[in-house]
Amino acid sequence: MGKTLAEKVWDEHVVRSAPGEPDLLYIDLHLLHEVTSPQAFDGLRLAGRRVRRPDLTLATEDHNVPTVDWDKPIADPVSRLQVETLRKNAAEFGVRLHPLGDVEQGIVHVVGPQLGLTQPGMTIVCGDSHTSTHGAFGAIAFGIGTSEVEHVLATQTLMQARPRTMAVTIDGSLPPGVTAKDLVLTLIAHTGTGGGQGYIVEYRGQAIEELSMEGRMTVCNMSIEWGAKAGMIAPDQKTFDYIEGKPEAPRGADWDAAVAHWKTLVTDDDAVFDAEIVLDAAEMTPFVTWGTNPGQGVPLGAAVPAPDSFEDTDDQVAARNALTYMGLEAGTPMRDIRVDTVFVGSCTNGRIEDLRLAAEILQGHRVADGTRLLVVPGSVRVRLQAEAEGLHQVFTDAGAEWRGAGCSMCLGMNPDQLAPGERSASTSNRNFEGRQGKGGRTHLVSVPVAAATAVRGTLSSPADLQPAHTEA
Amino acid sequence: MEPFTTHTGVGVPLRRSNVDTDQIIPAVYLKRVTRTGFEDGLFAAWRNDPDFVLNKPEYAAGSVLVAGPDFGTGSSREHAVWALQNHGFRVVVSSRFADIFRGNSGKAGLLAAQVDEKVVQRLWDHLEAHPGSVVTVDLESRTVRAGEGADAIEDSFDIDDYTRWRLLEGLDDIGITLGHEDVVTAFEAARPSWKPVTA
Ligand code: SF4
Repeated sequence: MGKTLAEKVWDEHVVRSAPGEPDLLYIDLHLLHEVTSPQAFDGLRLAGRRVRRPDLTLATEDHNVPTVDWDKPIADPVSRLQVETLRKNAAEFGVRLHPLGDVEQGIVHVVGPQLGLTQPGMTIVCGDSHTSTHGAFGAIAFGIGTSEVEHVLATQTLMQARPRTMAVTIDGSLPPGVTAKDLVLTLIAHTGTGGGQGYIVEYRGQAIEELSMEGRMTVCNMSIEWGAKAGMIAPDQKTFDYIEGKPEAPRGADWDAAVAHWKTLVTDDDAVFDAEIVLDAAEMTPFVTWGTNPGQGVPLGAAVPAPDSFEDTDDQVAARNALTYMGLEAGTPMRDIRVDTVFVGSCTNGRIEDLRLAAEILQGHRVADGTRLLVVPGSVRVRLQAEAEGLHQVFTDAGAEWRGAGCSMCLGMNPDQLAPGERSASTSNRNFEGRQGKGGRTHLVSVPVAAATAVRGTLSSPADLQPAHTEA
Repeated sequence: MEPFTTHTGVGVPLRRSNVDTDQIIPAVYLKRVTRTGFEDGLFAAWRNDPDFVLNKPEYAAGSVLVAGPDFGTGSSREHAVWALQNHGFRVVVSSRFADIFRGNSGKAGLLAAQVDEKVVQRLWDHLEAHPGSVVTVDLESRTVRAGEGADAIEDSFDIDDYTRWRLLEGLDDIGITLGHEDVVTAFEAARPSWKPVTA
C-alpha cells in the first residue's frame, strides 16, 4: 500500500520507535519566540543541559513588540523583561536571534518562509500553535508547549504518537474575490472546532493547487482552529519557485538534490487516508464569524443565526453565550454590523500579498468616520517591501495607521488592543473572548472584507463599495 | 515530577464547552518568565462575575475541574496548564481535549482524564447538587468516582498508556530521550547535506 504525504515525511524523521511508546521524531527546525521559551531555557540551566543543535534553531521577537517607536526601549516593563530574557538566553546558548530593529525580525511564521528556512519534507516545531502555517510547503509543522520546547532544545527530537491522516479535498475554483481565508473559515464552520482533532490534514484538490503560496499558508495556518494537529499541502512547482533564491535556500547541486527529493513528496495514488472531507470551492463566498470561536461563522450575505437553529444543545448554549458576549441579536444581517477597528495583519494575513490586496481595494477610498484601520506587516521585510511598492502611501492616504512588524492586535500582548465592548473586523485567526483585548469583540474576515469594511464602517465586501475616485 | 497515582479532591463543575486557552489564561498574563504565579490569570475574564463557579466559596479549594467538550483549544501556551496547577487543580475531566493541551498536561503532570459526555453531565449535576463534594480520580485503575449509594458515579476514563505510565512513575521525558542519545547521533549523521541550517 502506498503512503500519504504526511506518512512519508513522518517516516523519514523517526529516530526510534518501540511498541507501546510514541515515536521519537527528529526535528529539522525549531523556531523560538519570547513568550513560550523562558521557562524552557530555565529548565536547561537547572539541569546543566545545553542546546543540542543551535544551528537548527532560530529565535525572533514578535508577540510583545510594539508596532510604534520600535527603536525605543519597550515601555511595558513586563514585556521588556520577557524580550530581554530571550536575548539573554539566545546569547548564552548560542541561538541566532532576530531582535526588534533587525531586518529579519517579525512574526515567527512569516520569518521562516521568507528566509527560505521552511522547506518541503521538514519537521518544524515552535512553541506556538500556528506553526501549522509552514505545512503549506509540504512540511510537518506543529505547535508545542514549553516542556516540549525544552525537550527539543535539549535533544532536537520530540516524542510524538503517530497521528492519523485526513484528506481535505477542495474541488473546483474559488469565485473571484473569494480568498483562502474564506475557504478555511467555511471549512471550520463545516467541521466545528474539534473536527480535525488527532489528524494531520492534507489539503488538496484544484482550489488548493490554484492558491498562491501565501494563500496556502493562510489555509494551513488555521488548521489548528478546527483542532488538527497539522495541515500540509504537497509541494509543487509553485513551492519550488517560491523557495528558490531565498537566503537560506539550497544552491547549486544541493538545490537539484533537494528538488529531486521534494518531488517525491506526494501522496501515492493507492494511499489510504483515515478520513476524508470534500468541499466545493465554487460554492464559497466571503465568510465572516459572528461568535467567539472560529467555527461560528456564516457567509457575509447571511444573518446572525438564532441559537435555537442549532441541533446540538451544547451548540445552542455556546451560541447564546457568544451572542451575549458579542452584543448581537439573532437575525441581524451581518452587513449591518458596525465595526470600530479593522486589523489587517497577523501570521494568517500579514504577508506582502495580503497588503497588496488591501491596498488595491483601499486605493482612492477613505476609512469611514468612526472607524480606525490598523495595518501591521508580518515582518520587517514585508514592511520594507510594501514601502518600496508605495503601499504604505495608499494606507496612510486612506487614513489608516501604518505600523511596524509584529503580532500586534492579533492577541493584544502589546499596546495594540481593543477597548472593552469595542468591535473589530480582523484578518487574524482567533475570535475568542478577550483575544484582542479584554471585552473586545472580534469578527474574523478576509483581507478584501477587512479593507471594504474599513471604508464603509460596517461589515462589507469590495462589491459593496462605490467606485473609487481615481486620480488622474 | 511527582508521581501521580490517585487523587481525591473537591470537584468544580465548569458548564462550558470550547474553553479555549485564551479563556483559561488571557495573553496579557503570559509575560512572566517563571512557571509559577499564573493563578492570578486563571479564567481572568470570568472571575469578574460573582456567579462564576470558582468565585463560590464551596468550590474555592477545587482540585478536579469537570468541563465540557473541546477543553483547551487554541493557543499552545503551557501557561494554561500551569495556571490550573498553580491554582491547585490536579485533574481536568472532559469529554474531549485539544491535542496540544492534552500533551502539555501530560508533560507538566496535570491529569487530563477523558470520559464519556454522559459522565461529564452526571458529574456536573452531582457537583452542583452537592457543592464542595469530592471526586476521586484513580490513574492506576483509570476510574473516576463521585457520590455515594444509589447515586454514586463510577466510570472509566481514557488516557494513553504511555502518558499514564510516565505520570505513575513521575518520569522526565528529556531524561528518557537522553538515554537514546546514540540513536539520535546516528540519525543526524545520515541527514541530507542540503537540509537548511540557521548558523
Ligand atoms: S500573529 Fe497571532 S496567531 Fe500568529 S503567532 Fe502572532 S499571536 Fe500567534
